[in-house]
Amino acid sequence: MFPRIPMLSYDVVVIGGGPAGMAAAIRAKELGLKVLLLDENDYLGGILPQCIHPGFGLHYYREELTGPEFASRLAKRLVELGVEYRTAARVLEIKNYSDLEKVVIFTSPGGAYQVWAKAVIYAAGARERHAFEIGIVGDRVSGIYTAGEAQTLMDLYGIMPGKEIVIVGSGDVGLIMARRFALEGAKVKAVVELMPYPGGLARNVMILRDFNIPLYLSHKVVEVRGKGRVERVKVVKVDENLNEIPGSEFWIEADTLIISAGLVPSVKKLKKIGVEIDPATGGPVVNDRLETSVPGIFVAGNSLLINDLVDYVAEQGELAAEGTKEFIENGGIESRKWVKVEKGENVRLIAPHYLSGDRDVYLYLRVSKPMEDVELRIPEIDKGMKLPVVKPAEMLRIKLKAEEIRKAEKLTVEVVKA
Amino acid sequence: MIYRFTCIVCPLGCSIEVEVENGKVKEVKGCRCPRGKEWAVQEVTNPKRVVMSVVPVEGGALPTVSVKTAEPVPKEKIPELMKFLAKLRLKAPVKVGETVAEWKGIKIVATRGA
Repeated sequence: MFPRIPMLSYDVVVIGGGPAGMAAAIRAKELGLKVLLLDENDYLGGILPQCIHPGFGLHYYREELTGPEFASRLAKRLVELGVEYRTAARVLEIKNYSDLEKVVIFTSPGGAYQVWAKAVIYAAGARERHAFEIGIVGDRVSGIYTAGEAQTLMDLYGIMPGKEIVIVGSGDVGLIMARRFALEGAKVKAVVELMPYPGGLARNVMILRDFNIPLYLSHKVVEVRGKGRVERVKVVKVDENLNEIPGSEFWIEADTLIISAGLVPSVKKLKKIGVEIDPATGGPVVNDRLETSVPGIFVAGNSLLINDLVDYVAEQGELAAEGTKEFIENGGIESRKWVKVEKGENVRLIAPHYLSGDRDVYLYLRVSKPMEDVELRIPEIDKGMKLPVVKPAEMLRIKLKAEEIRKAEKLTVEVVKA
Repeated sequence: MIYRFTCIVCPLGCSIEVEVENGKVKEVKGCRCPRGKEWAVQEVTNPKRVVMSVVPVEGGALPTVSVKTAEPVPKEKIPELMKFLAKLRLKAPVKVGETVAEWKGIKIVATRGA
């Protein structure tokens, strides 16, 4: 098979050096585990180094930082603790031989390696949806980027992708890039949002007001035209069922189209070893230690579900590391029973999916549609929580106590009118 | 006159209402913390933003360092500040947290090292 590949051995291999992976590796090391962190970029931090705007760390560090600052704090702690890590290390495959025998195969400038590990924490983040996934047709031209690609160009390499910009999708990255384009002197001609409400956090939606950027709600970009370069894009209005309204088409002249159409957890390598995926989150089905359906394979951050806040991403990393410790010590994550978490009314996605009742748990969830004056309810345990407003763009995080969970056979989480 | 905002001080995003009468703030409703109240009053009277950008750097691993203003800048002054930042050139080494320039008494701080 691979007879000459150097063999390394660790308690846990963490795949991905973003906030989830770094927090996981730090916690694993603090818990006395022998840990190796791998990242495919030349630097640690994942997407944080290019997220130069403030708004990071309010929960985790109790102060407001930019993305690069948040990353450098985690990286500093990682180095202080002497966590072993490799950058430019691209994972090709995870093999699951038995509960406590995993192999991670990766390449790096030194060659190919295989690492034995008792457990794996998968924190490889997410990928962006691209133009062809949201039904945009037309000429094959340059000037079409995802919001993250534009961010890499501008905020790592100092390159402006274009001058007249149309942004598809009003999610956080799209809005943040609208501000960056406007600040750097480009003309943002429109942000086009399919849904009847904006997709980003309130503080980012405010950017549109700050820079007088038109927001087209219930509209979509359907076509791109140009010779060699984007010259114009066709926009059409949609009805409440998201169907295009005939005759509502208009063209916007622009040289650049930015796609900010959401993120999808990167789970290809997990699917290959049989990890069960939740179609709602796009990430693995997990228990309250963030262990997937394959014993000893843990997941955290945007590979688990798409988060809005890095603080929760880091929290998930720590949780996965604590799970790994328990898994290695006890040869598995044991529970007398697993309480299944079910989605009720106006809940689009929720994780973790199975709770032991042995410990307090944070549930992460998103609603399907925006609502005001609601109650988040779990009828099985008679729990209720009033919320002034819920939006799909803003993930909810609720704490359940171990004794509450233990009482139930299953838990249905619903968000209903108060 | 009532101004309505979604608070951006923290991710909670409180819906704030500021009532202004005769040019003076009369009442602030809906915020859950004093920082939010302070922000809402300022948003009505003198809106400010922390400004972030990137500045070219020579000799670093990446061709830019990211920077932010150490304090929020009055909104109407931002274009002028951006013109200042566009002309700035730095040399490695630059440390995270280092003040790399000053503009009208406002410190420009590196958020990514080089």
